[in-house]
Amino acid sequence: MKFLSLVLSNLKRKKLRAILTMLSIGVAFVLFSFLGAVKQALVGGVELAGKDRIVVRHRVSIIQSIPIAYEERIRRIPGVAEIVHFSWFNGIYQDPKNFFPSYPTNPEACLAIYPEILISPEVKQAWLSTRTGAIVGRATADRFGWKVGQRIPLNSPIWPRADNAVWEFDIVGIYDAKKGFDTSGFYFHYDYFDEARRWGKGAIGWYVVRVSDATRTAEIAKAIDAEFANSSAETKAEPEGVFMQSFAQQVGDIGKILLGILGAVFFTILLVAGNTMAQGVRERTAELGVLKALGFGDGLVLGVVLAESMTIAVIGGMGGLLLGAAAVTGMAPAMAAMLPNFYLPNANLVVGAILTLVLGFAAGILPAMQAGRLRIAEALRRGA
Amino acid sequence: MSSNGEALVRIKGVDKVFRRGSEDINVLTGLDLEVGKGEFLALMGPSGSGKSTLLNLLGGLDRATRGTVEIGGERVDQMSDGNLAGWRARHIGFVFQFYNLLPVLNAERNVELPLLLTHLGKADRRKHVETALNVVGLSHRTKAHPRTLSGGEQQRVGIARAIVTDPTILLCDEPTGDLDRKSGDEILSLLQALNRDQGKTIIMVTHDPHASHRASRTVYLNKGQLFSEAPE
Repeated sequence: MKFLSLVLSNLKRKKLRAILTMLSIGVAFVLFSFLGAVKQALVGGVELAGKDRIVVRHRVSIIQSIPIAYEERIRRIPGVAEIVHFSWFNGIYQDPKNFFPSYPTNPEACLAIYPEILISPEVKQAWLSTRTGAIVGRATADRFGWKVGQRIPLNSPIWPRADNAVWEFDIVGIYDAKKGFDTSGFYFHYDYFDEARRWGKGAIGWYVVRVSDATRTAEIAKAIDAEFANSSAETKAEPEGVFMQSFAQQVGDIGKILLGILGAVFFTILLVAGNTMAQGVRERTAELGVLKALGFGDGLVLGVVLAESMTIAVIGGMGGLLLGAAAVTGMAPAMAAMLPNFYLPNANLVVGAILTLVLGFAAGILPAMQAGRLRIAEALRRGA
Repeated sequence: MSSNGEALVRIKGVDKVFRRGSEDINVLTGLDLEVGKGEFLALMGPSGSGKSTLLNLLGGLDRATRGTVEIGGERVDQMSDGNLAGWRARHIGFVFQFYNLLPVLNAERNVELPLLLTHLGKADRRKHVETALNVVGLSHRTKAHPRTLSGGEQQRVGIARAIVTDPTILLCDEPTGDLDRKSGDEILSLLQALNRDQGKTIIMVTHDPHASHRASRTVYLNKGQLFSEAPE
């Protein structure tokens, strides 16, 4: 501890250089925070997926519809506890850029299968009893300033009404959700939707099935697919986690892409910080020689230089990490429509904090060893 | 080359050879020297005669090629690098020609540096620093940074740093070499007082006869060998 002030004093030697190095490290960690949140938004659903839930879709693609008549047949398969269906409505509010996720569904089954959706019993009752009623997630409600009781006109480029009128929904509740669950959704009655749409009647987008025993998920998924084999609409049933993962992978292997970007950034920063430290050691060779002449051992001199490097990295890195986390939190509402799970998980903060230490160590170890190995007489001569 | 009193420093048959490319340069050859406890020894000689090299051997900053270096009964030439660092911290105070203060630290924190290697707490370190700065007459400039001090003041801080741990021996390498006459005289008076009043053993390298007159004994180094009289 008594050497800390010596370490901090050395950082003041070239203030501008120290600040610029910290800033460059800080920028890398802002990027780290931001990409961590993007990754969470894209693949976070996989972690949140229910282990006892199966997604059943058309074998060819999720954009192909499947008959609603499948519901009863699936329900009869042993091990199936609950089933609900969803369709992709693609609702647009006033302007095409005001797009958000919206789904016709069976309200009661939807709430039973997704306990992550948090609404009061009164709101639930209002939703069940209002044919044009809809519940909307907090993010979307805040985005458009919607209130309970408001009538909302929506357009759907996929599903026009048979009467060519605009779709109208009555907001009966605004839902919050357990951490990580999307609060940008808009859920409404399938019956109202199916009756009023121009085409596609009797079809749905996909089913979500809850099984009574999570260890039998794979077996039950296989049984569902077997039930509809050789039919006009064969199915593909898979655990919700696998479904989410394959959905996320449509934009590529997010993990590898982000790792590649961060790897390049951190390697560059490592070179920058390492060069700064090496330059610092070269510039004060004589001073390090003096410290050794006074009795500072090789290990202690190495430690002081290494501590300087780690202090620069920790100050810059933690600053960047916290700034990044604050920026992600600030941007989350604006990103909610496109990336509903856009937040920085705590685990990323811990990894980031460890990374600052690793970066500081890696950048400083070679210059520190060089300082530790300095021969005193030669170092003093060079400074004379 | 021996002292009259009890010997604190004993150097026997010391050679120091530097290798430059394929050539061996003999800087010191078969050197013998004894320095008594409480003695103020001036070491004179022309540039390149090996004065600083000898001082480095005495301070454990460099190693002799051959021979023995014994200080306070301890064989410095046989110590490991790690032990040597600790030994220097306990027994040696260095005063450099160009002061070699750390520019980022103020006077009191420069003086405190050797004390960081001791087990003293912050309050005790502060007391020692105050005492040392008081001895060199700089108790009013404790917060001053080196760049704001004159050459003479910087050298006083350097001396305070050298004596703050109460070392066995002070090794001064041209301590007045970078100072004007007046400041140089003040520094020499300070060294003399440390020797006279506190019994500090001092070995001072200088090429200035005026400075050597302040010492209790002067030896001359020329072509790697010691003489008690200035060689012709």
